[in-house]
Amino acid sequence: MQAELIDIRNHLIQHAPFDEMPEELVNELTANIEISYVRAGTQITETGQTSTRMYYVRSGAVEIFRRSGELYNRIGEGEIFGQFGLLMRGQVRFPARALEDSLLYRITAETFHYLFENDENFADFVEIEDRSRLRSAVSRREKSNALMTSRVNRLISRETVSAPTTVRLQEAARIMTDQGVSALLLMDEECGGTCDRERLVGIITDRDLRTRAVTEALPSETPVSDIMTTGLITIRASSYVFEAMLTMLHNNVHHLPVIDGDEVRGVIALADIVRYESQSSLYLVSNIFHQQDVKALKKISKDVRDSFVRMVNEDANSHMIGSAMAGIGRSFTQRLLELGEEKLGPPPVPYCFMALGSMARDEQLVVTDQDNAMILDNSFVPEEHDEYFLALAKFVSDGLAQCGYTYCTGDIMATNPKWRQPLKVWRDYFTDWIENPKAVALLNSNIFFDLDGIYGRTEYAEELKALVAQKASSSQLFLTLMARNALNRTPPLGFFRTFVLEEDGKHQKTFNLKRRGTAPLSDLIRIHALASGSQAQNSFERLKSIGKTKLIMEDDLSNLRDALEFISIVRIRHQALALEAGEEPDNNVRPEDLSPFERSHLKDAFQVVSNAQKFLRFRYNSQATRHV
Amino acid sequence: MSDNQPLPDTIKSLPWPEQYKALSESAQAPVLKAFYEAGCVSENTPVSEVAMVALDFETTGLDAEAHSIVSIGLVPFTLDAVLLNQAKHWIVRPRLPLHQTSVTFHGITHADISDAPDLSEILEEVFASLNGRIPVVHYRHIERPFLNVALQYRLDEGIRFPLIDTMAIEAYLHPDRQPSFFKRLVGGEPISIRLGDSRKRYGLPHYAAHNALVDAIATAELLQAQIQHHFSPQTPIGDLWL
Repeated sequence: MQAELIDIRNHLIQHAPFDEMPEELVNELTANIEISYVRAGTQITETGQTSTRMYYVRSGAVEIFRRSGELYNRIGEGEIFGQFGLLMRGQVRFPARALEDSLLYRITAETFHYLFENDENFADFVEIEDRSRLRSAVSRREKSNALMTSRVNRLISRETVSAPTTVRLQEAARIMTDQGVSALLLMDEECGGTCDRERLVGIITDRDLRTRAVTEALPSETPVSDIMTTGLITIRASSYVFEAMLTMLHNNVHHLPVIDGDEVRGVIALADIVRYESQSSLYLVSNIFHQQDVKALKKISKDVRDSFVRMVNEDANSHMIGSAMAGIGRSFTQRLLELGEEKLGPPPVPYCFMALGSMARDEQLVVTDQDNAMILDNSFVPEEHDEYFLALAKFVSDGLAQCGYTYCTGDIMATNPKWRQPLKVWRDYFTDWIENPKAVALLNSNIFFDLDGIYGRTEYAEELKALVAQKASSSQLFLTLMARNALNRTPPLGFFRTFVLEEDGKHQKTFNLKRRGTAPLSDLIRIHALASGSQAQNSFERLKSIGKTKLIMEDDLSNLRDALEFISIVRIRHQALALEAGEEPDNNVRPEDLSPFERSHLKDAFQVVSNAQKFLRFRYNSQATRHV
Repeated sequence: MSDNQPLPDTIKSLPWPEQYKALSESAQAPVLKAFYEAGCVSENTPVSEVAMVALDFETTGLDAEAHSIVSIGLVPFTLDAVLLNQAKHWIVRPRLPLHQTSVTFHGITHADISDAPDLSEILEEVFASLNGRIPVVHYRHIERPFLNVALQYRLDEGIRFPLIDTMAIEAYLHPDRQPSFFKRLVGGEPISIRLGDSRKRYGLPHYAAHNALVDAIATAELLQAQIQHHFSPQTPIGDLWL
């Protein structure tokens, strides 16, 4: 290549698949380009013509049609067309016409086949169509984060250290000190050593020794079984490190026994993961629990945004970021409840504090308000007990507001007496929503169908989840109306695969990635999950459980997963960029702020949403009540 | 054009194909003989059938008699395609010293040219790209006179050829480039026919770099756009060349 052609090369390498092409190949490609100017309206290729080249749009826009004459795609700057005809070494498959005056770089068949033979990435790119391209975009991104490519078993560096449940505290402490471990697995000896394998029943950590044994001055002869944690949360050896991280975040534990089949392979600790992610959001979570008052919590809440930006820059996926942010939000809430109970005394009757919406789904981001509620024990008597719970709810809600979680504008908070009710009332609420559904009422109660118990008697929340799962799948009218509501928000895609823009508060032409992207997606996933009788709350988990029922084809499920991941990650990146620029993050994106890569894949992703909405309408026989 | 070797007016007034024929017989230098022998299309030839070559020189100044060529960029093309695999670029050693002002414009420095060949060493290569093609330039008062003077100096004979000037085409399309007093009052702006500004009117992209090759490519693209917007593929070349 002539060095003077660098301008042309530099344009190519900003766009896929040339962005990952080895330099020598791009140089050869550049040196063999033919440039052609076409006026708007010019027919560039026609069906039946012999394909002799691929085209790269240097400027302008081109429309691609199906054989039927129906518009198939619109190609803009930095995008390619004409590759399919070349791959089949035959005829033009999709005719193309210039929509605007365009400057095209033509890549001859000879050059095309040379690149195809010599660059695997190029070959992959030109071989696949839009949706599969979206998939490879998602997986390519995920490959770059070690947390998402390394498996848990790689973190295990030593033999399992365990002891029978019958050992005494002193002995347990000695074993842990000798072996230099921070957690000791406790095995059941009930088969008296006659069976091959012992059964894992509990764990104690050095924190347990400090907080439970030492501060409570237990005799050193106390059996460990008195203070050990049972009902263990474990992780499979084949899981990815990020899944271990999510599990720790979600459950606020610092040690996870690693299981391989029936066998215990070892324990991984917070510190093992922190090694992967230098300034982990896990640190922030454990830090939250060390704060002694609201003021101190408010102070460390400033780190939440840094933690978010860091995860984005470390190429974490949206599931990790959403879970980490939800885990942090959950921890703030839990710590506030602990502090509230310290201040107000123990609760007069048992209760469960419930997260709703994005926190319950593990899909929280940095711009978020608080959505929560309280399920009280059925023995609750308002006149006697409600003063306490109102005070506690107010303490938590005010505390959360101090920490950056703004009050819910719809008043869906435990401070609202309607959402601070005994379990039996909650059961009635859900039964009524599902069995006597009304569209408008459902619009407002949508958020309650993403729920998670985060403090206290979380089994109350589990009971509600089970009730919903059992009733929702058999109420056709409920599903129909939920589907109708879910169709009110459509993706921002116009007829020509152009973005449909709206004016935002700053009077800029934008589209809203939440309202037009992630929200319609999580809405429709929720409905399929409810129809499948799933109790999962997270959208990715819901997709998994929908898959088990065969309600949706495997291929469509993968498309939904990729679309959700891609739209979420663009939204997340948009917010991280705003934070780094010192601006207030929002969900409104201007198309020109996106890279050509993001623009093109976003269109693919929105197309998936649009198709999924068509299927939803068909499946539940719903027409949208209004078009926004 | 220089008049050191006056040509008879009878030859100068011939149509270009016949003129090339006559010149091929009178030319002494082999490169020039070969250039004329490659011939010239007749003025009735539709522009879509004409082989062209976009040509751009960077020079030490604007006066062919006083300044020198510093670099040459060229790219063969047709109305259908600009062929980058035949694009060429040379830096040549000017006879006259570089001025600091021209260095800042074209970015070619003393270090670049100290090892560069004299134009005479690369003439054969340059003509290999010119032979049989109609040159296309943006602003005709540079390339043709500078090449003519350079050849006079080195071969003792000049050169004659028709060319297409994309700037002249823009000038023809925009005869009233300076807005009247009244138009200026209501915000009318003068129309620029410089290469970059002209390209903008056709939606052609901005090129960041400035070197002879990029400008030659930019000129070729501009002519493709001009023909498609204001002329037609059937327009005879005789209507366009000067």
